[in-house]
Amino acid sequence: MSAPPVAVVGVGQTHHKSRRLDVSFGGLVREAVFRALDDAQMTLDDIDAVVLGKAPDLFEGVMKPELYLSDALGAVGKPMFRVHTAGSVGGTTAIVAASHVQAGKHRTVLAVAFEKQSEGNAQFALGSGKGASLGAGGAFAPFIRAYIQRSGAPEHIGWKVAVKDRLNALKNPYAHLKIEDISIEKVKASPMMWEPTRFLESCPSSDGACAVVLTDEAGGLAAAAAGRPPAWVLASSSRSEPPSFPGRDPVRPAAALQCAADVYTAAGITDPRRQIDMAELYVPFSWLEPIWLEAFGLADEGEGWKLVDDGTTELGGALPINASGGVLSSNPIGASGLLRFAEAANQVRGAAGEHQVDGAKVALGMAYGANNQYFSTWAVGSSLHPFD
Amino acid sequence: MTAPSTDIAVIGWASTPMVRHTDKSETQLLLEAITGALTPLGLDRGDIDFTCLGSCDYITGQAFSFVSNLDAIGAWPPKRDSHVEMDGAWALYEAWLRLQEGDIDIAVVTGSGRSSTGDPALIYPMEMDPYFLAPLGADPLTFAALQARAVIAAGLADERSMAEVAVRSRGTGDVDSLLAEDYLRQPLRRHDVPPITDGATAMVLATGDRARQLVERPAYITGFDHRTECHNPSFRALDDSPSTRIAAEAAGLADAPVEVAELQAAFTHEELLLRSVLGLGDDVVVNASGGALRENPIMATGLCRIGHAADHIFGGGQRALAHSTSGPCLQQNLVCILEGRP
Repeated sequence: MSAPPVAVVGVGQTHHKSRRLDVSFGGLVREAVFRALDDAQMTLDDIDAVVLGKAPDLFEGVMKPELYLSDALGAVGKPMFRVHTAGSVGGTTAIVAASHVQAGKHRTVLAVAFEKQSEGNAQFALGSGKGASLGAGGAFAPFIRAYIQRSGAPEHIGWKVAVKDRLNALKNPYAHLKIEDISIEKVKASPMMWEPTRFLESCPSSDGACAVVLTDEAGGLAAAAAGRPPAWVLASSSRSEPPSFPGRDPVRPAAALQCAADVYTAAGITDPRRQIDMAELYVPFSWLEPIWLEAFGLADEGEGWKLVDDGTTELGGALPINASGGVLSSNPIGASGLLRFAEAANQVRGAAGEHQVDGAKVALGMAYGANNQYFSTWAVGSSLHPFD
Repeated sequence: MTAPSTDIAVIGWASTPMVRHTDKSETQLLLEAITGALTPLGLDRGDIDFTCLGSCDYITGQAFSFVSNLDAIGAWPPKRDSHVEMDGAWALYEAWLRLQEGDIDIAVVTGSGRSSTGDPALIYPMEMDPYFLAPLGADPLTFAALQARAVIAAGLADERSMAEVAVRSRGTGDVDSLLAEDYLRQPLRRHDVPPITDGATAMVLATGDRARQLVERPAYITGFDHRTECHNPSFRALDDSPSTRIAAEAAGLADAPVEVAELQAAFTHEELLLRSVLGLGDDVVVNASGGALRENPIMATGLCRIGHAADHIFGGGQRALAHSTSGPCLQQNLVCILEGRP
């Protein structure tokens, strides 16, 4: 038995910024929600259930914010579900929302994810409520050094990813960082944060939200008939693996390989490098791009950095990665994963605007969390059978 | 929307001892509960296709607290896995949806919490609207007392009937001496409020054929729904629970009588309100387990209700209702209907 089809018919996001002091939590999520509903030509009345994702509640100091946000999200009288799977949460939110539709329980579901980092101290929370946290950059640096040592990649690869994603962000009206004069020299000259990661190779802290409207096959077909192409969810998967132990490889995590295999098998993807037209990968620090290219089978082991070096992953290259500017340009943590999934959907809908990848028919959205332990991925297509 | 067609059943569950305080970590508690649920079924962790854990960082006292619980589920090789910042009853809801996709057969869901390590009066105000309600610092007792007053004013309860709920649930004390005690927050006395409990619960779900292979009498989930309400209690009719009513209707409660109901009523008046909203007559046995008034392992309390309802089916019962809740004054409510088949 295969699950019934699910379509993405609406996508919305906020203008991501360091501090959105102009809006409350409720105002922030509504900004994304109403853009998604407008995109879907729907109102809150069309929504049967809401799924909310965000990273730890300690980031903002609001416990179980789905309770407070029930009014803002129009969820009164409806099911309201709350997901939290570390940094992968935005992706898992989309997958759980899709599951609501696939189970036949709800027809149209709103997936929402947000973070308002300015109202709290994420570094404090990342240190489990203690001071002197290593932060995410410190946690990932050893994995990056191991990747460089294994692959023999030259040090400019990280700088190139940082420049590419910031150039892409200039084409995305919602992106947080807009560094007009970004260059290899500028990245190279920025302060060293966590060897080998420099300041401009790191993600910002953002306030922002993302919302996605998912519906059943009839809803997707209706949108298509009305001239609003949906993105069809071809396959999805969430996989997790335990914290550290000697047999675990955080540079090439088994959970990432398995997550990719789940999606490719279910979607009928046998040659991801050629069958996938673009991918939105969760890259909060520049070197994660080659690491995830390899773990998700978009490059052979040890070869991911070469796709960065030869321009394959640039907008206009053969396999654009993070055409939106990615997490390196906007990082409302809980929403960052859903943004990857939403941007992938917009690409196959032909709705990505200035950062549209020409002719994108199949796209990958991916998010990860904790110490390279939680992985969520979906493949979306401009049709349900893009390889026929 | 048509109801999901795949048979999904609860086939087993287990809890740690429910205690006032334990020094064991949440991961240790879950290790014990999951092994306890799997072993009698002849299953091990390798048989689990999907896991969904329910817990709360603020109860545990640290961000990403659920990450270390991956050790308890034995996520190696890596598991299809999810986590909800909700009671394990909602983790069950996610697994129930996931199993209906048809590609996998067995799921384990958990709820866990060690609320003894924190002060509810300090923690719970943080789940309120951060701009208008959290700054008041009102604790859960205060909100519960407001609702108890509304329930009493509506004639659905009085202090005596609330004390009777306490005596029946805990199996100790007598009503007259309880009513002679002082108030904690009028009209609530100590017997009207839940204990602090540490513990974890794990539950095993399976799709139809697999369930029937593994156990003689699966507890089929035939109705499952949850709804939320407006957050601010002052904008709600506190002598009613419309979200419970909608969830029960969507879960098909009215289709046939239930013999038992397990309600997550942490305060005595909540049981009386929920009975009324759900239309449960005197012939329905409510909270034979003692309910949340006897053991209240936050984030597992709702999942325990479903477990006790499943026990009724395992023991030969026909139909049982389980309820879970979240938020101030029963803001969000879940109803699960379990049935046995000949």
